[in-house]
Amino acid sequence: MSRYWVQRLGFALLGLTALAVVVPMLLVIGTIVVEGMGAISWEFITAMPSDGMKEGGIFPALVGTLLLTLGTALVAIPIGVGGTIYLAEYARDTWVSRCIRLAIINLAGIPSIVYGLFGLGMFVLFLKMGTSILAGALTLAIMTLPVIISTAEEALRAVPTEFRTVSASLGGTRWQGIRYIILPQALPGIITGVILGLLRAAGETAPILFTVAAFFLPRLPQSPFDQTMALPYHLYVISTQVPGMPLRIQYGTALVLLALVLSMNLAATVIRSYFRRRRQW
Amino acid sequence: MVDPKIHLDKVSYAYGDNWVLRDVTLDIAANSVTVFFGPAGSGKTSLLRLINRLNDLVEGTQMKGRILLDGQDIYGSDIHVPQLRQRVGMVFALPLPLPGTIRENVLYGLKLAGIRDTSRLDESLERSLTQAALWEEVKDRLDDPSTDLSGGQQQRLCIARSLALEPDVLLLDEPTSGLDPISTRKVEDSLFALKQQYSIIIVPHSIQQAARIADQAAFFLMGELVEYAPRKELFTQPRDKRTEDYVTGRFG
Repeated sequence: MSRYWVQRLGFALLGLTALAVVVPMLLVIGTIVVEGMGAISWEFITAMPSDGMKEGGIFPALVGTLLLTLGTALVAIPIGVGGTIYLAEYARDTWVSRCIRLAIINLAGIPSIVYGLFGLGMFVLFLKMGTSILAGALTLAIMTLPVIISTAEEALRAVPTEFRTVSASLGGTRWQGIRYIILPQALPGIITGVILGLLRAAGETAPILFTVAAFFLPRLPQSPFDQTMALPYHLYVISTQVPGMPLRIQYGTALVLLALVLSMNLAATVIRSYFRRRRQW
Repeated sequence: MVDPKIHLDKVSYAYGDNWVLRDVTLDIAANSVTVFFGPAGSGKTSLLRLINRLNDLVEGTQMKGRILLDGQDIYGSDIHVPQLRQRVGMVFALPLPLPGTIRENVLYGLKLAGIRDTSRLDESLERSLTQAALWEEVKDRLDDPSTDLSGGQQQRLCIARSLALEPDVLLLDEPTSGLDPISTRKVEDSLFALKQQYSIIIVPHSIQQAARIADQAAFFLMGELVEYAPRKELFTQPRDKRTEDYVTGRFG
């Protein structure tokens, strides 16, 4: 066989493996859209569940997930972005900063159910927050931090060192360089990281299992100390815990969760490509 | 020489344990062009970066000796480094415009210094761009992205950016190394005009350039100052054999 044909065959096989990535995604989305579309209605999105969740809508679960994501953002963004700026721009390479990095890497590898148990022990019981949005959001925030930190650090490091040098050479303090040059340039990358982190938080079940999620609570939470329903946990409940659940409601719920997460993903992509076009280096 | 602008007193400098400058003692006169030249790795750029403390940004380095600016030790504890860098401007080997418009680039240093007075900013903008011989080319597009400019224009923009701060001393590290001959000529011409007001220290990108623009020149070799003399003397009758070999092209 000539090397030309070896190449043809090789690239054909590689192409197939690439295609193999697309197929499951299309199947997952396709199945859920086809099966769940029938359940989607204004009522499904805005009504309380009724008749043992077999009728009505998923409004409290949707609101719960949005509130949890918001709470996660409020905690994780300042800590994550602030910590990243410190690590990437200020911290010298000492054993302390190396320990922090090691901690972040390890934090990223912890299974989500372990976060759930930690949240139960730390926030719900020890800090006496009870099963509440606060406890859930804090648990999710801890889980989200490594995602935000690692992507944000990459974004900061991608900004050419020369900009820092130039800013310093014009009498800028280190902070002024960060504030006026580095952060604006790294912002799209940071935003992408934040959204990807929050997206993971929005879709997780295990961390909220013991810390916030309510099995059935057909009203909206009134304060951060209330429990709430949440989409991923609700989906788990109606798929495994309630006998005789209509399939379309399960798929409908999955579709709403998927739409929520994918639209966040889309937002991240749009932001990234918008800024990339404006970037000058 | 009376009252040198800058006095280097036995300056040595190392990255880790690798000493790239050894016992350099040198006086730099005000309102003139001083050239640091020598083969690659002779420590010129490091020395330049010591004079506005840009080497502070590099970890794992050590320095010995003193550098006095108008008689004041710039490594003294009473020195405010950002203020020092406002007085001692720097232009780099590659044109490094910051993201943003031409106007934003020129006024960046003033913005950092907290100057908000629009009429003063406008005045600085025109003055420094004129001094850098760029005003006529950009006056109608001050709010265009700086990256729309050609390489030569970008480098003159960087010079204007340093001049906007009205520094006492201007350090230039091979400022024309990426430029074509015409742009190089423009930059050199503007330097010649600038020395009335500023003390200029430049690492040239060639011996020819050194010979064209220097008032006095310092020849460095492997971190040592070999010879320091007025241009004419150094390029026509060098005292040191190594200087002679280098300027006549026997090595380099």
